Amino acid sequence: MSAQEEIKEIKKTTCYMCACRCGIRVHLYNGEVRYIDGNPDHPLNKGVICAKGSAGIMKQYSPARLTQPLRRKTGADRGAGEFEPISWEEAFSMLSERLGKIRATDPKKFALFTGRDQMQALTGLFARQFGTPNYAAHGGLCSVNMAAGMIYTIGGSFWEFGGPDLDRAKLFVMIGTAEDHHSNPLKIALSKFKRDGGRFVSINPVRTGYSAIADEWVPIRPGTDGALLLAFIHEILAHGLYDREFLVRYTNAGQLINVDEKNDEFGMFLRTEGPEEEACYDPQDKLWWDRNTQKAIVTHTPGADPFLLGEFKLRDGTPVKPAFQLLQDRVKDYTPEWAEGVTGIPADTIRRLAYEMGVTARDQKIELPIAWTDSWGTEHNTVTGNPVAFHAMRGLAAHSNGFQSIRALAILMSILGTIDRPGGFRHKVPFPRPIPPCARPPNNPLAVQPNKPLAGIPLGWPSDPDDLFVDKDGNPVRLDKGFSWEYPLSVHGLMHNAITNAWRGDPYKIDTLMIFMANMAWNSTMNTSEVRKMLNDKDEQGEFKIPFIVVADAFQSETSAFADLVLPDTTYLERHDVMSLLDRPISEFDGPVDSVRLPVLPPTGECKPFQEVLIELGTRLKLPAFVTSDGSRKYRDYPDFIVNFETEPGSGIGFLAGWRGKGGEKFMRGEPNPNQWEMYAKNNCVFHHELPKSYQYMRNWNRGYLEWSQRSRITRYAEPILIHIYSEVLQKFRAAAQGKGFSRKPPEHLKKRIETWFDPLPFYADTLEGQISDKQKYPLAAITQRPMAMYHSWDSQNAWLRQIHAHNVLFVNTRTARLSKIEDNDWIWVESQWGRVRCIAKHSEAVEPGTVWTWNAIGKAAGAWNLTPDANESQRGFLLNHLISEELPGAISNSDPITGQAAWYDVRVRIYKAEAGEPKVTSPQFEPLKPYPGQMERKSVWNYFAGGKK
Amino acid sequence: MHPAFSVIFLTTLIGVGQGIFLALFTVESYAAFGLLPVQEDSYYAIGCALSLLFLIAGLIASLFHLGRPERAWRSAAQWRTSWLSREVVALPAFMGALALYGLAHLIGFNPTLTTLPSGTPVTVTLILGTGATLLAFALFLCTGMIYACLRFIQAWHSPLTVINYVLFGGASGFTLAAAHASIAAPDLVIFLAGWALVITLLGLTGWLASRTRNTRIKPKSTLPTAIGIKHPHIAQASQGLMGGSFNTREFFHGNTQKMLQGLQGFSFVCAFVLPTVLLVIGLSSASSGWLLTAFICQYAGLLAERWLFFAQARHPQNLYYQAVA
Amino acid sequence: MQLALVIDLNVCVGCHACVINCKEWNTSGTAGPMTDLNPYGKDPTGTFFNRVQTFEVGTFPDTEVVHFPKSCLHCEEPPCVPVCPTGASYKRVEDGIVLVNYDQCIGCKYCSWACPYGAREFDETQRVMKKCTLCVDRIYDTHLTEEERRPACVRACPTGARLFGDIHDPASEVSIAIRESGGYPLMPEWGTQPANHYLPRRKTRLRIRKDELDRADNPLKIDGQLPTPDRTAPSLDDIASW
Ligand SMILES: Nc1nc2c(c(=O)[nH]1)N[C@H]1C(S)=C(S)[C@@H](COP(=O)(O)OP(=O)(O)OC[C@H]3O[C@@H](n4cnc5c(=O)[nH]c(N)nc54)[C@H](O)[C@@H]3O)O[C@H]1N2
Ligand SMILES: Nc1nc2c(c(=O)[nH]1)N[C@H]1C(S)=C(S)[C@@H](COP(=O)(O)OP(=O)(O)OC[C@H]3O[C@@H](n4cnc5c(=O)[nH]c(N)nc54)[C@H](O)[C@@H]3O)O[C@H]1N2
Ligand code: SF4
Ligand code: SF4
Ligand code: SF4
Ligand code: SF4
Ligand code: SF4
Ligand SMILES: [Mo]
Repeated sequence: MSAQEEIKEIKKTTCYMCACRCGIRVHLYNGEVRYIDGNPDHPLNKGVICAKGSAGIMKQYSPARLTQPLRRKTGADRGAGEFEPISWEEAFSMLSERLGKIRATDPKKFALFTGRDQMQALTGLFARQFGTPNYAAHGGLCSVNMAAGMIYTIGGSFWEFGGPDLDRAKLFVMIGTAEDHHSNPLKIALSKFKRDGGRFVSINPVRTGYSAIADEWVPIRPGTDGALLLAFIHEILAHGLYDREFLVRYTNAGQLINVDEKNDEFGMFLRTEGPEEEACYDPQDKLWWDRNTQKAIVTHTPGADPFLLGEFKLRDGTPVKPAFQLLQDRVKDYTPEWAEGVTGIPADTIRRLAYEMGVTARDQKIELPIAWTDSWGTEHNTVTGNPVAFHAMRGLAAHSNGFQSIRALAILMSILGTIDRPGGFRHKVPFPRPIPPCARPPNNPLAVQPNKPLAGIPLGWPSDPDDLFVDKDGNPVRLDKGFSWEYPLSVHGLMHNAITNAWRGDPYKIDTLMIFMANMAWNSTMNTSEVRKMLNDKDEQGEFKIPFIVVADAFQSETSAFADLVLPDTTYLERHDVMSLLDRPISEFDGPVDSVRLPVLPPTGECKPFQEVLIELGTRLKLPAFVTSDGSRKYRDYPDFIVNFETEPGSGIGFLAGWRGKGGEKFMRGEPNPNQWEMYAKNNCVFHHELPKSYQYMRNWNRGYLEWSQRSRITRYAEPILIHIYSEVLQKFRAAAQGKGFSRKPPEHLKKRIETWFDPLPFYADTLEGQISDKQKYPLAAITQRPMAMYHSWDSQNAWLRQIHAHNVLFVNTRTARLSKIEDNDWIWVESQWGRVRCIAKHSEAVEPGTVWTWNAIGKAAGAWNLTPDANESQRGFLLNHLISEELPGAISNSDPITGQAAWYDVRVRIYKAEAGEPKVTSPQFEPLKPYPGQMERKSVWNYFAGGKK
Repeated sequence: MHPAFSVIFLTTLIGVGQGIFLALFTVESYAAFGLLPVQEDSYYAIGCALSLLFLIAGLIASLFHLGRPERAWRSAAQWRTSWLSREVVALPAFMGALALYGLAHLIGFNPTLTTLPSGTPVTVTLILGTGATLLAFALFLCTGMIYACLRFIQAWHSPLTVINYVLFGGASGFTLAAAHASIAAPDLVIFLAGWALVITLLGLTGWLASRTRNTRIKPKSTLPTAIGIKHPHIAQASQGLMGGSFNTREFFHGNTQKMLQGLQGFSFVCAFVLPTVLLVIGLSSASSGWLLTAFICQYAGLLAERWLFFAQARHPQNLYYQAVA
Repeated sequence: MQLALVIDLNVCVGCHACVINCKEWNTSGTAGPMTDLNPYGKDPTGTFFNRVQTFEVGTFPDTEVVHFPKSCLHCEEPPCVPVCPTGASYKRVEDGIVLVNYDQCIGCKYCSWACPYGAREFDETQRVMKKCTLCVDRIYDTHLTEEERRPACVRACPTGARLFGDIHDPASEVSIAIRESGGYPLMPEWGTQPANHYLPRRKTRLRIRKDELDRADNPLKIDGQLPTPDRTAPSLDDIASW
């Protein structure tokens, strides 16, 4: 082909090699992908791109792609991967018939679980419209502790919800983070921060990636961060390094709490008399003990200044204490010396770090000349910043004691006065939200009715025991037991228990399990080998215990092999998508941002975007949102749906916030705009609204911002969002467990658990698994890290990325290894109470001696992802999940007792050398999968050259 | 380094070829001075053919080393800077001179051109032979320098590399020449086998010298200089690829130290000790069987030696490719 | 002019963006295609011009982890060039880029032996030697915007750890970085004078003095004050009358 005939095009869209969602430009030669680079005009990545993003070509042309709808061959075992191709029409009629029956009888029997997708707004809508409560995305097994712990404390969290302002920070403390969702922006910010002379401290048992460039690495024993954070708080309080002004005005630190143990109101805030408002915000009816008048007074009374410390007696003799005093009482014994024993970090280091935080926050204050008005009408000429920033992720979250550790972190950030301030933590629209946010889960079984949408949204934010989704006996309504007394604040569900529960029929049996973009027979499941058996298990009648499994995936994952019906999805280069404010947008600190994905290539084979599948199914099932009043099709397709769907008729709120209104003149709210997609296309696929400077900070209490947010219908209320140093929400659950109050009470066997864990102040306790483990026998903690060049289990099919991580090994501290006579590269067994795997050990000096770790999800089942059965991933690679149990003794989930967060990083193990004669392959092994019908042949030599030249 | 058989055969085979020729021409020179009986032209012609055979075999082996043998002709271009290019020039030049020399003997074209004051006649073959000798040595120099010029492969960067190429080629060539003489010109056996013995022993000295030198080499490049970080304890955690790369295939031999030691013993015995014994036996018995065995044994030993020459050369790039994870 | 990359080890997080973006750009560019062998089988291996390696420096707990990207260093005295028998390997006079002419290369691999850094890669299917081209097919391409006329790896790098420019121009970003941040070459012992330089780790520390820790205006002075005690509690008033 000559140069003239060569057709070169550049198309802009949004990357989805991971959930970061950078702007990309796809360069095409003669219709083939020539090059993918970062879009320099995109606010998120500003032109940079990561390894995964750069390897998009190899995803697009991967032989692991599914290209046809497939049906399991009659008689074939699930997991064997024996399929025959069928048409989409067959697939749809099979599905709509089955789902129609379920919906007409018991909608609960349909469960929809989605993994690392970014369309929870749509999948959630579908589930709700269908009428099933059994919907969740990956959040519960991912980082719900981070969301819940922070949101229940400061009204916002990390990642899409907020983050460290490294532009202005002077000290940055990163805890338990390897890669995180905000991959490229964090990297951009981190290097800028370092180059500007900022000091970067990383607290992590392992030093890789980001931690590698930290000025100081603080190796910590896994699961003990709560102790460390509480010791920090102890030191900061002891030296008076807290930001008093901030605490007084913007948190509940000064609010008085009833400390009369005999009183029914024990542990509750004192309130002024007055009718209780039935609204979802924190009414300002609490009391301070005023220093000037020496008596209780309504908070924020002009001229008043509360004591933060002390114990007082109300006129009626009720003993009261400010929340801050309770915090001080709480941390009294959490000394650095104590924490040293728990965390393995020298007490001197703990002290020094606490001082660094406190002194930097206090003495390096930033004053920005930005005038703003707070919720109480006080005008401020400047915005103050205490430039200490934190970031934390699953190293804190993925432990069963994570919620309370994260509360401790949020409180540490708050006492340093760093919330939504320059150089500290900054929110991103639509956060901050009321504590807790207003969405509540349904609270009784009647919410589920045949042929009706679910009354309520499947996932929400309980504010007290009456918000739990349980029946009158306190039994869970959801399959995953979310929002039950077992995990009351499981705001993201517990996908990791769905299969086990469905298999066991506890709380009930289901009919159809639909899995979208989740590898639930592999890396998003614990106890993987057993769960794989459950998926294929039959009852006495010879019927599958989980009668029907649908998997919508783009690739031949391990899970696809267990499907009765496989729906081939498109890749991100072949479909429309939205990164919506209804879900998790890509907002910046300075204002809301949402974005879209536009197809740059036609679908491969018969691949169909799952979005289209849902809309088609919704239409066929006549779910109200997808049909007109006469039951006919409402939306032509997904793009049409996105443009025209409104949350309620005429609400003006849809999936996309930009270019609304007839001619695209409005944003946030406005009538549907038929040309909305084109406008996104013209604008780098991004809508970015930069707020006025005066609305960019202090947003929990920024009147201007809160009213803007109310006008934009981001929130219903414009009330200030005080930080919950003391969590009355938690106290309400504890009180219920103690038999106090009028709310629902937990069942007997869970009382102790609720009482212990629902502490209104953070505390440290060993993880659940730690508590029941013989630490002599299992002396090591085993954890995983995200490799930067791989996304979960997705990328072993990627010819380029898999060369970087063809297999994984277990990294062991050199001295620890030698104690067990394990040499570098020896084959070893890693054994937990729940199982064992054989793998290769590698010595490392960059890991805490009590920890072993490996890269996550590199190990694969033989033949999966259309790799050859002898591929390194399955023969030398291994999956740590085999060692982790989804349940602890007593069939209780291996999860945080507050949020149901999967406790991936709690597992305890021991290691020993494999016998000399043992095969040099990892164990366990599974029967190799064969390629499915319609899959491309895998090349043995590949000279990729776009456009077919050379 | 990963020893490539193409190069091992190339260098050892042309070494034999060069050595045979040198043996032939030594005989002729001695004869010219009356120190040895004059030989039939056919003796030289057959000897040359034998030499050429080895050279051609070496040349063929070398082609296997090239990714693009069809472009081999291009490789003479950079003779100004590249020893490889020079070798590419020297090899055919030597072969040409050798062929002419052999041809002159074959057709008996050997007029006397002039006479030295000593009365020794300077014949055409003597001139051609002298030229070919110079070229043979030039070729040795080029071959050796290809390796010796690489400064940072310290095991090679030494005059011993060139010297040993000469000695090993010479030894094997003379041994084969002795074996040839045992059939074609028995009166030369003692002379040639004697020289073979001497060169073999010299070769052994060179071999031992380079062994001694190489075990004492202190690598100039270390991990600290390779990555520019001074610390006594640096360990590679990953090399950025797991399934291997050109860097791991080309520069690592992938064999155990034990295997290397074994091979070293083998080459010591086969290239030097046994040939010495066999040459002594062959020399005293003038039996072609013993001499031929001596050659075969020595050649096998030299193959092993050449394999080790590559395997034991540590390339500084290897510092960057020490661990997979 | 001597174009070069300067790699800042102080901020490189080892993400491999530069590795893959390099491959992606070059496989369909003038240096391509870049072969992959067994892309879906055992021991996948391919041609890459840039690799990121990891080193652990020191012993626990004083361990530094260094991510170390390496591509051809475009030596000013490139040992790989004079040894090439065909002239396929050459160093450009105008900008110092060391290149291989694939049409001349005979694949003898000699240049790779002559490179102490292991920067050259033999392409197993085209059977010629390849290496980093400094993206010569980008940096002079006037169809590209100024911003894009930089090597693929440099543009991709999320931390901006890769600087690109003329190290002979003392005012260039790279020269300034080398000068001011202690840029150094690899294996200086061979006199190859690599054009690419590396910037070392730099540490920021904080020192807190005692008087900074406990200041007079400490809020504990406010909050620590206890409320006035109960008036009826015993006091000296009860027993003494001066
Ligand atoms: N041991 C251990 N286990 C863990 C973790 C850990 O740290 N350690 N992390 C946990 C966490 S935080 C998470 S979020 C989960 C993630 O676990 P999963 O949600 O199961 O994530 P993936 O493995 O990425 O599987 C997602 C599936 O999406 C498919 N996919 C990729 N692109 C597309 C597409 O465009 N369309 C469709 N339909 N499918 C696509 C992939 O082929 C794959 O089968 O893993 C958890 N598991
Ligand atoms: N490249 C890439 N990016 C990803 C993903 C991916 O698979 N690949 N996955 C995405 C997803 S779904 C998620 S949830 C995020 C997760 O983002 P991260 O949370 O950053 O990822 P993890 O690998 O889980 O990292 C957890 C870190 O915590 C450390 N850690 C473990 N236990 C403890 C502890 O007790 N205390 C402390 N202080 N540290 C501890 C581990 O060593 C590790 O460094 O990444 C997202 N981004
Ligand atoms: S960080 Fe994620 S979204 Fe951004 S380029 Fe990389 S893979 Fe794509
Ligand atoms: S790094 Fe190696 S290949 Fe590059 S110029 Fe220097 S010697 Fe040549
Ligand atoms: S491989 Fe090619 S470039 Fe390298 S020395 Fe040989 S001919 Fe020159
Ligand atoms: S300059 Fe170009 S060829 Fe060289 S490493 Fe960077 S991207 Fe690759
Ligand atoms: S892209 Fe940048 S940060 Fe990432 S490995 Fe390469 S040089 Fe380092
Ligand atoms: Mo996750």
